[in-house]
Amino acid sequence: MTTTALPTYEDAIARFEPVIGLETHVELGTQTKMFCGCRTEFGAEPNTQVCPVCLALPGALPVANRAGIEATIRIGLALNCDIATWCRMARKNYFYPDMPKNFQTSQYDEPLCAEGYVDVEYEGKPYRIGIERVHLEEDTGKSLHVGGATGRIQGATESLVDYNRAGIPLVEIVTKPVPGLGALAPEIAKAYVTELRDIIRSLGVSDVRMEQGSLRCDVNTSLNKPGEEWGTRTETKNVNSLRSVERAVRSEIIRQASLLDEGTRIIQETRHFHEDRGDTSPGRSKETATDYRYFPEPDLVPIAPDPAWVAELKAALPERPSSKRARLREDWGISEIDMQSVANAGAVELIEETIAAGASPAGARKWWMGELARRANETGIDLADIGATPLQVAELQKLVDAGKLNDKLARAVLEGVVAGEGDPAAVMAARGLEVVNDEGALTAAVDEAIAANPDIAAKIREGKVAAAGALVGAVMKTTRGQADAKTVRDLILARLS
Amino acid sequence: MAAISREEVAHLARLSRLAVTEQELDQFAGQLDVILQSVARVGEVAADDIPPTSHSVPLTNVYRDDVPQPSLTQDEALSGAPDAFDGRFRVPRILDEEA
Repeated sequence: MTTTALPTYEDAIARFEPVIGLETHVELGTQTKMFCGCRTEFGAEPNTQVCPVCLALPGALPVANRAGIEATIRIGLALNCDIATWCRMARKNYFYPDMPKNFQTSQYDEPLCAEGYVDVEYEGKPYRIGIERVHLEEDTGKSLHVGGATGRIQGATESLVDYNRAGIPLVEIVTKPVPGLGALAPEIAKAYVTELRDIIRSLGVSDVRMEQGSLRCDVNTSLNKPGEEWGTRTETKNVNSLRSVERAVRSEIIRQASLLDEGTRIIQETRHFHEDRGDTSPGRSKETATDYRYFPEPDLVPIAPDPAWVAELKAALPERPSSKRARLREDWGISEIDMQSVANAGAVELIEETIAAGASPAGARKWWMGELARRANETGIDLADIGATPLQVAELQKLVDAGKLNDKLARAVLEGVVAGEGDPAAVMAARGLEVVNDEGALTAAVDEAIAANPDIAAKIREGKVAAAGALVGAVMKTTRGQADAKTVRDLILARLS
Repeated sequence: MAAISREEVAHLARLSRLAVTEQELDQFAGQLDVILQSVARVGEVAADDIPPTSHSVPLTNVYRDDVPQPSLTQDEALSGAPDAFDGRFRVPRILDEEA
């Protein structure tokens, strides 16, 4: 370890040019695994979604899942790739207990999709990221290392393995090396993964959740002096959030610059990103491609997608998320930043449908991005599964617009909707939440009471909230008891705060 | 000339996580050599008009529908395992590696 202080990022980037590359793994959301009919549900009891094929019991033979092939082709098309007319799966041989077969079924020199690109926008400027290949493989089992520090292999005495995940279709998307980004390399890396996530989510082929591991990212980084050849790259793994993509590139640039300053050579290695510290440490030394002894998988016949089918899939691709966002942003009249948070919350379609069901853009956005997004964050449940539908949110907003609910009552109604008590109108009726008087008449009565009792009003203004009771009484009198006392009290306090 | 060296056998054994004794290295090098030489003879008789063949059947696009089939139970899955704990396969730790 070096004891000299690390250079600052600005300092490092002033002297070196970074080249980055990203390898992203996407777990497909198919019902069954890639080569057998086992379910793929997240969080099932260990080793309950396994069979002779994914446990590699002798004699078991794989058959490819059509949905996995189709999803991979659609991802390739959405990333502007050429689709192979004929290709094969390959065995990647390695001996590690996360794969019971002692190989991973993958693709080697014949990927299903190749030579594409993704256009990324950052601060209003476009950047084109080349896609080298998109190939299909299978996920591995999950190991739990025990006997030492929990979950870490250092000091562990044994590993406990769950093969539920083994065999779930995994799509690997590899970019071409991206030079020329300079100081923006970390931000563009993050923008690329964000765009990729949005594109794949729009295809509906994966839930692309980094925190659950259905979207995983490895970041390659190298540095060179201006005008010189590209440097040796490192591969950073364990990058589990969009923010970490940016941090991992940044920290690796600083670390490599520090080594190069000392005249130390960069070793080609796998490094581990630490979310807590924001830096990387060396991981396992990588086996070389020849050590994997790739060869065509004899148990699976070649994949030869019919060009007519591919053309059909291409024609049916959804609108690109970036152009859709630009279009909706204009329709809704909101800022770029607001639109980005809507996209990040997974609320674009929900708000779109709520507006289609009759709500105003502002109203629709307010509920999804306010109350419901907060609830989704707190519970870790997807916004789409939160318990309220676009139709219900639109109905709620209509009740507010019609003056039947004020903001506070509407929140209570929404709570009932989410709790499964029914549609907004039903919840309003069942819980007796309807505004008794229209806001205008109540406000007039409140203003009248305040004007008639200036001394009490002054006390409330000074913070003596208890004095409000007298004014509530006055309002109840003028409205002949038909007002909701609590609403009146709130109105008075709001008026005098 | 031997098609495979002792060192290559040792390398393969390491990749396969197999503990192979010095004596076995010689033994396996000899056996693998016979296999490789036999395979090499196929290359000798294959003319230019015979393309490399990875699959013996002329089939493509054999797929199944994405429909769940019953899996094994946890007990069944673990029944052949040398060791298990808490519903999982128990294996010795792997040295010097982190997947």
